[in-house]
Amino acid sequence: MSMAASSETDAPVPATAAAPPPPRRHRWPLVPYLLSAPGLALFAVLLLVPLTMTFLLSLNSFSFYGGIQDVWQWGNYADIIADDYFHEVFLRTFRIAALVTVLCAVFGAPEAYILRRMKSPWRGLCLLVVLGPLLISVVSRTLGWALLFGSTGLVNQGLMALGIIATPIEFMYTETGVVIALTHVLVPFMVLSVWASLQRLDPQVENAALSLGAGPLTVMRRVVLPQIIPGILSGSIIVFALAASAFATPAIIGGRRLKVAATLAYDEFLNTLNWPLGATVAVLLLVANVVIIVGCNRLVERRYKQVFE
Amino acid sequence: MNRNGPIALIFHVLFLGFLLAPILIVCAVAFTPEGYLSLPTNGLSLRWFRAIGDNPEFIRAFKDSLLLGAVSSTLAILVAVPAALAIARHQFFGREAIQALFLSPLMVPHIVLGIAFLRFFTMIGLGGTFAGLVLSHVIIILPFALRLILAASTGMDRAVENAAASLGASSWTCFRRVTLPLILPGVASGWVLAFINSFDEVTMTVFIASPETTTLPVRLFLYIQDNIDPLVAAVSALLIFLTVGAMLVLDRVYGLERLLVGKGRD
Repeated sequence: MSMAASSETDAPVPATAAAPPPPRRHRWPLVPYLLSAPGLALFAVLLLVPLTMTFLLSLNSFSFYGGIQDVWQWGNYADIIADDYFHEVFLRTFRIAALVTVLCAVFGAPEAYILRRMKSPWRGLCLLVVLGPLLISVVSRTLGWALLFGSTGLVNQGLMALGIIATPIEFMYTETGVVIALTHVLVPFMVLSVWASLQRLDPQVENAALSLGAGPLTVMRRVVLPQIIPGILSGSIIVFALAASAFATPAIIGGRRLKVAATLAYDEFLNTLNWPLGATVAVLLLVANVVIIVGCNRLVERRYKQVFE
Repeated sequence: MNRNGPIALIFHVLFLGFLLAPILIVCAVAFTPEGYLSLPTNGLSLRWFRAIGDNPEFIRAFKDSLLLGAVSSTLAILVAVPAALAIARHQFFGREAIQALFLSPLMVPHIVLGIAFLRFFTMIGLGGTFAGLVLSHVIIILPFALRLILAASTGMDRAVENAAASLGASSWTCFRRVTLPLILPGVASGWVLAFINSFDEVTMTVFIASPETTTLPVRLFLYIQDNIDPLVAAVSALLIFLTVGAMLVLDRVYGLERLLVGKGRD
């Protein structure tokens, strides 16, 4: 980029130039670089350097007595690929994230549609209730699920009173519990995403379909759904990425026994003190995350170009 | 057809119940008169709220969280405003790449950032310091601030600025008297969203906080990992009351939907 900047500023001005001078602000392209320089410096030092160091750390080896060894090798990656324990953790992380994404789509998308059809005072109020939890600390919300599942056992009491189950279900320290709590934490993102795509849908189109003799189900399938599928898909990308890298909720509900990738990395760093292995887990999580987000975004945008305009 | 049927309304009520249940139970348990976790069936009591006063570490963590949120959001705004102006109104080589870089923290899991900063700060001697917390928070909240300021500066009318310039205003005067007032709503909401994200952050902060300098969510998280008692319920309940209060003010003044979706309400 420095090349481009200098080639424009240093370009010799032809003495015979008769063209009118370009607008004052565009004559000196150094300005945008100067404006973004503080941010660029900050991000170079505080984002690119630490992430590169984490990658380099993942190539070091670790011994229980000698600590971190300053050697460069792919041993940690080979260990993770070879070990069934790590397979189990990564597979569980993926399974939980996929389930949470499906649940968020199944419940979040209809809720967004229902919200849009509500009348004015109720709509604002309900939207506040749906989006409000996003502003409340994840720790407080997860504590609520720990109380509902464990200490007070309210969920099991309720389900048993309703006759849905005969014996209490174990929610604490199980995948079921983590999936329910994570769905609660992330479903507002799905509602937001579908809500945004519903803003582009004109209610009169539905009425037109109805007046032309389409049944409510046909309208849903042929008119509404095609319009909000991009919203559901981009919401799913967000939810999946956040669920796969979630930390606080699996740590509290899943406990030390039910590990996911994020809690595994945390344990390697702060309990086992095997930093190189923790860094390897982190690098794998980062690469998976970026590949999924960027890849899926490309796919969704290409497939639904006409909807995104 | 543009009304919700009975099935839709039942679904809606269940959905809201699902969203509210864990929040309500925290608030209910906080009022228990018993010495253990239970629903307050024998009357309400404020004993656990009073008990917070005997645990100054929660209060200190709360103050640290507020200060951290305020300082890091302000710094993030100071960096994001010029960057947003550059991206929104200039064509230059690398513009897309710079924007992608500034938004990239959204794609990096916070656990990864926590690990990266722990290693980095330990090496440069910022480990466990307030400065380290501030710098790391600026990185993760900048994308939120940038997006809102970017939206505000893309939509503004450039003719006003050109008028000011043609009337002889210097570029600094032009920025201070014309541009800044025009993008101020975006800047203000960017600050608020940045503050909220800094205040609620736990995953990354748990790596770089020290026992002396920590935030309230991290303190709560570490406490819950050891044991869950009515005290943490009371602290959480207090936090929830504060957030709901702030949320209502925010919704009145600015509109929650506009803040979170980034669009005007219809």
